[in-house]
Amino acid sequence: MAENVTTMEIEKEEVAPAEGTERTRECACFVPRADIYEVDDQMVIVADVPGVDEDSVEITLEKNILTINAFTEPVEMEGFAPVFAEYEVGDYQRSFKLSDEIDRDKIQATIKDGVLRLYLPKAAAAQARKISVKAG
Amino acid sequence: MMYRRYRVPSMWREMDRLQREMNRLFEDYGPMRVRNAPSYPALNVWSNDEGLLVTAEVPGVSPDDIEVNVIGETLTLSGVRKPDELKEGARYHRQERGYGKFSRTLQLPFPVSVPKIEATFKHGVLNVRLPRAEESKPRKIAVKSA
Repeated sequence: MAENVTTMEIEKEEVAPAEGTERTRECACFVPRADIYEVDDQMVIVADVPGVDEDSVEITLEKNILTINAFTEPVEMEGFAPVFAEYEVGDYQRSFKLSDEIDRDKIQATIKDGVLRLYLPKAAAAQARKISVKAG
Repeated sequence: MMYRRYRVPSMWREMDRLQREMNRLFEDYGPMRVRNAPSYPALNVWSNDEGLLVTAEVPGVSPDDIEVNVIGETLTLSGVRKPDELKEGARYHRQERGYGKFSRTLQLPFPVSVPKIEATFKHGVLNVRLPRAEESKPRKIAVKSA
């Protein structure tokens, strides 16, 4: 039978702001937990971003840094008063450095039930080239 | 001599008491402190006169795999978080997300109307609305003059 979900899962890790900068949004920002696996000819990044849908996630690729930015709306329960809280709702941010073998033009992303999946196919193996040396 | 031995600890006790009092005072005014959940998933609870609202972040769990049970005045949320089914030859570079069964039980502060309980699941967030049972709602008693 399946093991119980480990307690490590419970706490959210907050993003450390870059030195000398502050966040402009009022809510907290967390590092989403991620799994990365490699299958056949692609890498798959699976990240937990509960509360985020396809319209509130931004994925950018600059040089070889892939950044996930996901935004959540603060939860306001009309007419209800909070009794107790074990988790905070906030945005998500995480960056990954891609290796050169990833085909940048073919990256795809899907989101379902608060889980973001990024598919990063590898480029066809770079042709080995032989450089001939001429006597000068 | 006796006098002195008595005075010193008493002063520290007084300082301690003062500090505790100050901490309590500030806790009351600050934003609600987020406590660590004893087990997965973490819950947030809201309430009003009409009932209770419980939310939990359970990303990656299919709505069919979540069970919401109310027995008497206890609410139980349980389910299974399944890993991606990997093809042969796949290998993990990094694994931070947990998988497996989970279950959380919450003692409710009042009886709830079981047929009216609503549970929704959207973008990995579970939302359970538990309306308070009619007979347990606070009632205003009219005071008649005799």
